[in-house]
Amino acid sequence: MIDFTQSQLERYSRHILLNSVGVEGQLKLMNSRVLIIGAGGLGAPAAMYCAAAGIGTIGIVDADAVEVSNLQRQIIHFTEDIGSLKVTSAREKIEAINPDVTVEPVRAFVKASNIEGIIDGYDFVIDGTDNFATKFLINDACVMKRIPYSHGGILRFNGQTMTVLPKESACYRCVFHKPPPENMIPTCSEAGVLGAVAGMLGTIQAAEALKYITGAGEVLADALLTFDALPMNFRKVKLQKNPKCAVCSEHPVITELIDEQQIVCDLKK
Amino acid sequence: MKLTINGEKKEVASESMTVTELLANQGVEMPDMVSVQINGDFLERETFDSRAVRDGDEIDFLYFMGGGSRE
Repeated sequence: MIDFTQSQLERYSRHILLNSVGVEGQLKLMNSRVLIIGAGGLGAPAAMYCAAAGIGTIGIVDADAVEVSNLQRQIIHFTEDIGSLKVTSAREKIEAINPDVTVEPVRAFVKASNIEGIIDGYDFVIDGTDNFATKFLINDACVMKRIPYSHGGILRFNGQTMTVLPKESACYRCVFHKPPPENMIPTCSEAGVLGAVAGMLGTIQAAEALKYITGAGEVLADALLTFDALPMNFRKVKLQKNPKCAVCSEHPVITELIDEQQIVCDLKK
Repeated sequence: MKLTINGEKKEVASESMTVTELLANQGVEMPDMVSVQINGDFLERETFDSRAVRDGDEIDFLYFMGGGSRE
């Protein structure tokens, strides 16, 4: 049962000291597979904490290259990585943080035609994407394949996250039935975000993955955690499964994966 | 009537109001970017114009939020 090396015992000692993690929980982490979709503002801190925690296999999906404007928040990428593929840059940092981790880089954008193959075999998925089409796609695919996942969204000084246990707890589509209409979103890209807000949210998502795998505590299911970093207010909104949900209800309307229109968020209060 | 909106107790002048009217009353400029939950039930967007809010209702406005990577 206990097959830690001396170096691993030291590396993971602060986990092992935790009653609700311990040796058993650490072994679970080392035998687990977590997929992070998007190596950006949310995926960066999520990947680094998963790596440091000793997650056995980390899959990371992204098709983009690192740009200078990413560096304000995507802390897994360094100045010298500008122009490199994000999955390559992320893989190098994950391996540098923890050589025990196996990295599975996937250079792709997820879409209806490839997502099932990409998420297959993972224990937990972290949504680190920024557009609603992909967010709904990840939700639907994870519900259909019964893979628990963490939803995350950030904007300006705000963040929101929920953990979805497919068929057991409310899913993203229970709350947000379909992507917002395109003509309602005047400017799509340059809304801005405080870099550390991405770090807060991505770190919460990593903590949810670690909790789910070790069984420590209760994951953020049937709840939407939202925060506003300006007054630094946190609020947990209780949710319940929507009996009319198009994807996770008893009689789903959506039974095949679809590519919704690509819309990046801007939100005016 | 007295309502609880996003966890805060609020008093609105009118005694009868639809969800659409409440969104306007609360200064929500882009109701299409908001999902509404009343007393734990999600509303279909199509019912915003007809669903009345009642004294004592607990109402949550949940905003669409993107963020993360362009992936």
